[in-house]
Amino acid sequence: MSDETVKDTHRISSHAVPPRDRSHLHLEAPEKPHLDSNELIINMGPQHPATHGVLRVILKLDGEKVLGTECVIGYLHRGVEKIGENRTYTMFNPYVDRMDYVAAVSNGLGYCEAVEKLLNVEAPARAKYIRVILTELNRLASHQLWLGTHALDIGAMTPLFYTFRDREEILKIFEKYCGARLTTHAFRIGGCQYETYAGFEKEVKNFLTFVAPKIDEYEELLTTNRIWLERTKNVGVISGADCMALGVTGPVLRASGVKWDVRKAQPYAAYSEFDFEIPTGENGDTYDRYLVRMAEMRQSLRIIEQAVNGIPEGPIMGKVPKVIKPPVGEIYHSIEAPKGELGYFIVSDGSTQPYRLRVRPPSFVNLQALDVMVRGLLVADVIAVIGTLDIVLGEVDR
Amino acid sequence: MAEEVKSPTPPPEGEKKPTAEKPAAATPPAAPAKPAAPAKPAGPVPLPWTSPLVEKYRNQYGSGIEALTYLGQNYFNVDRSLIPDILRLLRDQEQFNYCVDITAVHYPKREKQFDIVWILYSFPRNERMRVKTQIADGASISSSVDIWAGANWLEREVFDMFGIKFDGHPELKRILLPDGWKGHPLRKDYGILQQDKEWVQINLGIESGQ
Repeated sequence: MSDETVKDTHRISSHAVPPRDRSHLHLEAPEKPHLDSNELIINMGPQHPATHGVLRVILKLDGEKVLGTECVIGYLHRGVEKIGENRTYTMFNPYVDRMDYVAAVSNGLGYCEAVEKLLNVEAPARAKYIRVILTELNRLASHQLWLGTHALDIGAMTPLFYTFRDREEILKIFEKYCGARLTTHAFRIGGCQYETYAGFEKEVKNFLTFVAPKIDEYEELLTTNRIWLERTKNVGVISGADCMALGVTGPVLRASGVKWDVRKAQPYAAYSEFDFEIPTGENGDTYDRYLVRMAEMRQSLRIIEQAVNGIPEGPIMGKVPKVIKPPVGEIYHSIEAPKGELGYFIVSDGSTQPYRLRVRPPSFVNLQALDVMVRGLLVADVIAVIGTLDIVLGEVDR
Repeated sequence: MAEEVKSPTPPPEGEKKPTAEKPAAATPPAAPAKPAAPAKPAGPVPLPWTSPLVEKYRNQYGSGIEALTYLGQNYFNVDRSLIPDILRLLRDQEQFNYCVDITAVHYPKREKQFDIVWILYSFPRNERMRVKTQIADGASISSSVDIWAGANWLEREVFDMFGIKFDGHPELKRILLPDGWKGHPLRKDYGILQQDKEWVQINLGIESGQ
């Protein structure tokens, strides 16, 4: 269903806009001896509103053409991994929400599942379903926030209001479920702390019927919008092979034609029980990444619907000791966060605190591709590419 | 499960908590909780990992490789001298074409203080594995940037946090901490209250960041 959507929109768009012609800009012109051209070093950020936080990019320019970039990161570094070594497994749980703070539920899911794996316990079926529902809602919220801000960066202001209006409904569900809107701390090692509130299923179903037409509405604003196409088509192209070599995952990888999603490749939680597709793109440009994320939102709705209808009865907490002391050993566990593969590598020395806790952040690794993607483009395209990578600096810097 | 939060734990504060040993037994509150949570059995242990892949490399490199599996996750323990070759072979011959992560673990009591861990994934095989090696403090290891381009920032982070040098890295410098910062925070001898006071004073103009 989603693959069709992606293809359909392709057809429309390729009719609407011819490939971008930039020959009048003379970008490919070699250095001309009679025109003295100097390379220009420009600093973008860290207080630039379009860098989504505190990212600093040093640009090397020839006129308006980007010759190379260097990212300067670490402004938000809090030493999360060091904190992890000095807290118990339970105490560290809320900290992970502060990495990718627009997808806090995903962070918590990854961490709880990693520790459960280390303990060799499993969450009960009901807890897994609750986890899937909340995680997919969070994926939707994250993509909505991405769409609003990305479109705003490119110059379309309306989607921001639309997406934030609808994202609010998701945050209300989170707030009712666990009391927090953003940094939710929704899950516990071994399951969930809270049972669903009365009317949870009904509210989620109402939300699904509410939001499905809204996603069409976003697409109406952008998918065939001429300015949007001009700004996103053939901008920031990256091939599937380059993505793999750079370790880029998530929608960026899929938009380059690689059909890979941790939820399908190595299912965790209850994902193996649901029927959904992995939307992919063809060209690996900013426009395809937009289409893939739009299609992913619809797939999330499908997953949530199946999960809400099939949610089993039973306990929500597994057999986990009060004091969590995993046996000596090490484990790597990863999940598909909205931004890509989010992994936790935990080394236990048998005590109540992790001996080493490494977070494999998708934003950090994906940001490395920025340089490859923007070489030869214009300065304005750098903004489009930063937006399309969907980075969260809290996760890049940790 | 709100009670979980009250788990008795050694207080993590304190300027020095440098070594690997965590004085869990020394904490008084731990004693009353013990009966409630009975002592666990020693837990699973790493088992030998057998597969055609392992056989192949075992024949080629003999005792330089130890193949183990723990809780269903496979890893190689590799001698440091074999490192670039093994990684390259894993990519070229076994299709481990995605380097998920590179990280390190510090064991200050050991003679070879650092474990370096490569977490690899193969798209065609849909398989994960890890490669581990041990190196001493001050020793360096060959960079894998020319094997996986994505290793660049990951190795820089290991250098930043542990001070491990990667030979052949195109631009090995700090990535998360400012240039000129003293110390490498994820080493066990770097306490959580320790900071580069000099850097803070020069750059922020205050006595202490704490």
